[in-house]
Amino acid sequence: MRITCPICGERDRREFYYQGDAIALRRPDADDTPEEWDAYLHLRDNPAGVTRDLWYHETGCGAWLVVTRNTVTHEVLGTALASDHGTGAA
Amino acid sequence: MRFSGLRVLTEGLTGNRGWGPHWRDPAPKSDYDIIIIGGGGHGLSTAYYLAREHGLTNIAVLEKGYIGSGNIGRNTTIVRANYFLPGNSEFYSHSLKLWEGLEADLNYNVMHSQRGLINLFHSDGQRDAFARRGNAMINQGDDAVLLDRDGVRKHLPYLDFDNTRFPIYGGLLHPRGGTARHDAVAWGYARGADQRGVDLIQNCEVTGIDIENGVVKGVQTTRGAIRAKKVGIVVAGRSGQVAAMAGMRLPIESHVLQAFVTEGLKPVIDHVISFGMGHFYISQSDKGGLVFGGDLDFYASYASRGNLPMVEHVMEAGMTLMPMIGKAKVLRSWGGIMDMTPDGSPIIDKTPVDGLYLNCGWCYGGFKAVPGSGFSFAHLIATDTHHAPAARFRLDRFRTGRGLMDEEGTGSQHNLH
Repeated sequence: MRITCPICGERDRREFYYQGDAIALRRPDADDTPEEWDAYLHLRDNPAGVTRDLWYHETGCGAWLVVTRNTVTHEVLGTALASDHGTGAA
Repeated sequence: MRFSGLRVLTEGLTGNRGWGPHWRDPAPKSDYDIIIIGGGGHGLSTAYYLAREHGLTNIAVLEKGYIGSGNIGRNTTIVRANYFLPGNSEFYSHSLKLWEGLEADLNYNVMHSQRGLINLFHSDGQRDAFARRGNAMINQGDDAVLLDRDGVRKHLPYLDFDNTRFPIYGGLLHPRGGTARHDAVAWGYARGADQRGVDLIQNCEVTGIDIENGVVKGVQTTRGAIRAKKVGIVVAGRSGQVAAMAGMRLPIESHVLQAFVTEGLKPVIDHVISFGMGHFYISQSDKGGLVFGGDLDFYASYASRGNLPMVEHVMEAGMTLMPMIGKAKVLRSWGGIMDMTPDGSPIIDKTPVDGLYLNCGWCYGGFKAVPGSGFSFAHLIATDTHHAPAARFRLDRFRTGRGLMDEEGTGSQHNLH
């Protein structure tokens, strides 16, 4: 699997750390309900197909990326800087 | 049809013409008391124990592929009860006891081989942790022996004891640990359930779960609608998709775990061995192949195959531990899809829907759990009460934070197990 970092270009999967579902960009507020926090921390759509997850270009530029990817074929469909997504758009 | 030495001999002398299919291939009826979604190891053992322990036989097991086509036929076949935390300890202890009586119980040779499992350690701190784990295992009533370096050498003389980076300090021996023939476990449970009247419906994919006013009424399948009073979901690897049919989101992310097997070799590895530095475990099948695996690929996947970085890691770990295997040729590698929960422990529980039960989240440890999981899930479905050894496998532990079972001590969070 190769991932194209918007800053560094196409790189080997080894350079990236997988964080998980891009739901990580939608952190609830401190006073949101326990159910919202449970959904954020634990519950996952876990699709068999196209998913969006968060990767860290650990041994590259250090950017956080939102990677659009197919979990059935391992095809990488697109990447974008997480910072361009803001905290509400992911 | 019962198996016996005499029967095998007689069949052998008469051209093996007397063997029949091990189970029927019935068409689904329109109505059952209980439907089990998923004809894997856990689903089959659930149906078997529902029939044997609770006398319930108006049951259908719905399998979207064929019996033995999922993770029950894709694992590294290790059977053990070496867990540390309350909740896991008593469950796997119970499961191992079921394993020990399984062949007589099923009248089926599952090739359960208690050849001993040795977890190696490579530092003083790791020795302390394994001593503590061994004590927990003994307290649970299982067996554990802390071996020093010379003790390990007697069992496994071929390891690289003086590896510069990861010298071997000793190991924790679990004599009752071992392996079993994974396919035979599926076949044995399938045959046992079928003999008791359970319908095993293959090539029957569930496409919907019918719920009225919060009560389950049946399922929609590729072979028509089937009504049932109770429905159990036992589809680890695909739990999220099936639970979604009942409007549920689960605390599960699916990951791929790779495994490998070499060409057949003369007997050389008598135990199950795990490396304590880097994820690597190995045993030798009765056919002679070295069966080994490592860690998850560590990204969400349903691909049933992994990527090269983890292949490289596993091979490196193997060569570090036992350089003698370097010339063995790898025949095959494959991947299984794991239901990963945040704390690395499974779920056997009711759902918010009346009559709908959930068994999932086996992470990378489902095979050894097959007997215990089926036994406890059958108890839950039949009696609506949790079976004591599995009573802590609650679905709500993530939301409440109570009763998390984080065996690795890394934190209850996706991507840490």
